Amino acid sequence: MQPTIVVAPASGAEVTEVHCAGAWNVHALAELERRLEAVDWPTQGEIVVDGSALSTLDTSGAWLLQRTLRDLGAGGRRVSVRGLRPEHAAVMKLIAACEISAPAPVATTPDTLTRLGRHAWGGIIGSIGYFSFVGESFIALLRSLRHPSRLRWRPILHNVQSAGVEALPITGLLSFLMGIVIAYQGADQLQRFGANIFVVDLVALAMLRELSPLLTAIIIAGRSGSAYTAQIGTMKVTEEIDALRTIGIGPQELLVLPKVVALIIVMPLLTVYTDVTGVLGGMVMARFKLDIGFDVFIDRLDEAISLSSYWTGLMKAPVFAMIIALVGCYRGFHVTGSAQSVGRQTTISVVQAIFLVILTDAIFSVAFLWLDL
Amino acid sequence: MNVTATPSAADAVIEVRGLVTRFGDAVVHDNLDMSVHKGEVFALVGSSGSGKSTLLREIILLQRPVSGSIRVLGQEVVGLSDDEALPLRRRWGVMFERGALFSSLTVAENVGMVLEEHTDLGPRLIDEVAAVKIALTGLPADAGPKYPSELSGGMRKRASLARALALDPELLFLDEPTAGLDPLSASGIDDLVRSLREGLGLTIMMVTHDLDLLWQAADRVAVLGRGRIAQADTMTELSRSEDPLVSQYFHGPRGRAALEQAWKRK
Repeated sequence: MQPTIVVAPASGAEVTEVHCAGAWNVHALAELERRLEAVDWPTQGEIVVDGSALSTLDTSGAWLLQRTLRDLGAGGRRVSVRGLRPEHAAVMKLIAACEISAPAPVATTPDTLTRLGRHAWGGIIGSIGYFSFVGESFIALLRSLRHPSRLRWRPILHNVQSAGVEALPITGLLSFLMGIVIAYQGADQLQRFGANIFVVDLVALAMLRELSPLLTAIIIAGRSGSAYTAQIGTMKVTEEIDALRTIGIGPQELLVLPKVVALIIVMPLLTVYTDVTGVLGGMVMARFKLDIGFDVFIDRLDEAISLSSYWTGLMKAPVFAMIIALVGCYRGFHVTGSAQSVGRQTTISVVQAIFLVILTDAIFSVAFLWLDL
Repeated sequence: MNVTATPSAADAVIEVRGLVTRFGDAVVHDNLDMSVHKGEVFALVGSSGSGKSTLLREIILLQRPVSGSIRVLGQEVVGLSDDEALPLRRRWGVMFERGALFSSLTVAENVGMVLEEHTDLGPRLIDEVAAVKIALTGLPADAGPKYPSELSGGMRKRASLARALALDPELLFLDEPTAGLDPLSASGIDDLVRSLREGLGLTIMMVTHDLDLLWQAADRVAVLGRGRIAQADTMTELSRSEDPLVSQYFHGPRGRAALEQAWKRK
């Protein structure tokens, strides 16, 4: 039934009767409010609201009625309600009893300088937090090394399985494809100079020194770093981290160390593996595009790469592993309360890990240049 | 509230017939029958793992039974599609055991979201109605702009109730409404539930272990055991029951204490 408001004209004695009827519920509320605003209320005298014809009055409808009465009363008019059914009167009483706050004022957006300042301050606090986290983890590591029996091998092995063994297909496939791409791109240029055989140097050096550790690090950051953040973050939301503390297990010891140790074990192994698959990709491409047979390729490989190229690539891997695991865990501990925060921190974790990995790689390159490696 | 009158099928708000639920080999509900009448506060009790929450989830369309029929507000809900269920879902409110508030929204936004989705109210009215619901559940006014993670467990529960009440539903489902609340807040919830029922003709179905709440607020209580409703009656009748399942449940030390309390009050 449509809700209605009928205002009876003042019958001489300064009393205005307002008849409310129909269903005053949440679905009719917008319409009702428009009509109430359109009513030409008398500026003084007495107003009597008759609610005997109301078919429904829910809490939203009752609030609107209550608010209208309050506003009318505030204008110096006497207001009263009559004829409400007992159940409607009960709702009105319920509404009248609760104190409804005015809507909170909308927070003003801070100006650019304030935002910049806050941003910078957040950055400073964040990096201090990160360094202290690294420090704490290092102390936890030292403590565990002093009592190796306390090192948790089961979670370490579990992480080796999930971050390493299960990552074999994807890392292998991607570096194989990368090898193909490099050989393919190089082949054209090398053919022009009749230097086909140097495709071996190109592929092997690029993969071993740079691409294979970097590629592995990026895949692991996306695969495992994000998982670490999400896992620790969710544990924080469900207060599992607090539970660990009360049981007397340091979250660093149980959650961070096994991950760091596992990644430090796994990343160099994965890098060796992607070295092999990457060169294999180049070898296949060289065979088809440049007619360099597998035997020739392998022969040349011996001369093309020195042991130092292999080692310079490989020694980056544990450093990358540390960065990925620590950033992932640190971001996880930064989750606050909400599900949205888990998503946000996971994004930050992956972006920061990849950024730091590439930055570190650049630093390595410069350092190796100095050291003439 | 006329509890003693024999209810006819017509005024049943929820009617469950021949319900069978199985998880693998484990039979949870074995040909279960149950009905909830209009305007009553109906409580479902039973030991842990007896399938109370599963039954509730099946009624509110979160889970599908193996066979049987569930009619809610006159409509068969088993096998209903999401589109068909929408009008029905707007007529009931659910308060989950752990609140299930959206953690990225403030309390006021949690309540307002329901209104925004299902009504044509403007932003100002939505804010006001949300503030009314929040105040109704006994939360302080400054709880509105807070995020669920900033609230205590009890307050979260009230906020969840405020969201369940957003559309002034005809039917309210409460999963453990007083678990984790201090006694004062719990009795506040009892009072609120009672006054809402009187004002709005609300039907309430709850799952609870709170014996005080059962004595205070429930019109009828159904005891679930061995896959069926062992008995559904008023607390006074249940406390006299000879059924081993029922007496086991109500005649433990805590059951006796609550019984004594209830008699003292009378």
